[in-house]
Amino acid sequence: MQKHTHAPKESLCLNYTVRAEDVERGGMISSAIKTAIKKFGLAEPVARRVGIIAFEGEMNLIVYSNDGGTIRVCADAKQIEITVKDTGPGIEDIDLALTPGYSTAPSWATDLGFGAGMGLHNMEKNADRFEIESRLDEGTTIKCWVDRRTDDSN
Amino acid sequence: MILTELVDRMGLTPLTESIGSVPEIEAGYVGDLLSHVLASATPNCLWITIQRHENVVAVAQVAGLTGVVFAEGVRPEAKVVERAQNAGIALFSSPDSSFELAGRLHRLLHPERS
Repeated sequence: MQKHTHAPKESLCLNYTVRAEDVERGGMISSAIKTAIKKFGLAEPVARRVGIIAFEGEMNLIVYSNDGGTIRVCADAKQIEITVKDTGPGIEDIDLALTPGYSTAPSWATDLGFGAGMGLHNMEKNADRFEIESRLDEGTTIKCWVDRRTDDSN
Repeated sequence: MILTELVDRMGLTPLTESIGSVPEIEAGYVGDLLSHVLASATPNCLWITIQRHENVVAVAQVAGLTGVVFAEGVRPEAKVVERAQNAGIALFSSPDSSFELAGRLHRLLHPERS
């Protein structure tokens, strides 16, 4: 009988917790994600897209979530999957939230240059596949997939 | 145009120490809304803003920007400069307005259009 051996699949998974209203640390997680996936072997153009998705997800958790949330990034030979999850308040009208320029950000956030109403749009634009699921009072989960096909290092 | 020449000709004050390499600046971007910067600023560009908090460094890093110019005499705190230094992002300050700085940068990068 022929024995099949499979080399272990090269993959990377990163998990982070983001606190609500922790503006001071805002962007630190997405910077760390970009650095880590570049070290994992992704070229700058792909790492840039993942970094932008992670940054917008991170800032959404900081500005809008009730109790913060989590960011999970998993990369393998084919793609990078980014999952941003919180437990509320949930989005009332997803189509409206995805419209560039629409924002419900509080003034403390807009004073700092956040809440331009471009966050979800930027996530969708930089992803090859984008899914958003939200229930009022239960929370929001956003999943983005970025293909490595444009990655020169492959 | 290389960053050091641009800094000299624009009269910018460096806030970070030399970032080691001599990067080429290919474009500029002006704006204070961070998501717009992420959406529209191109890699290897110089970003002019009046925002001065730490998230500016994160935006520059994830978007692959080369440097940030704080207009109108805005100065970031030391911890912001330190974070930029560690991230390899060059920071500069200028007393001039974003409008004035953008005009100068555009003339230097695109003399044929001026």
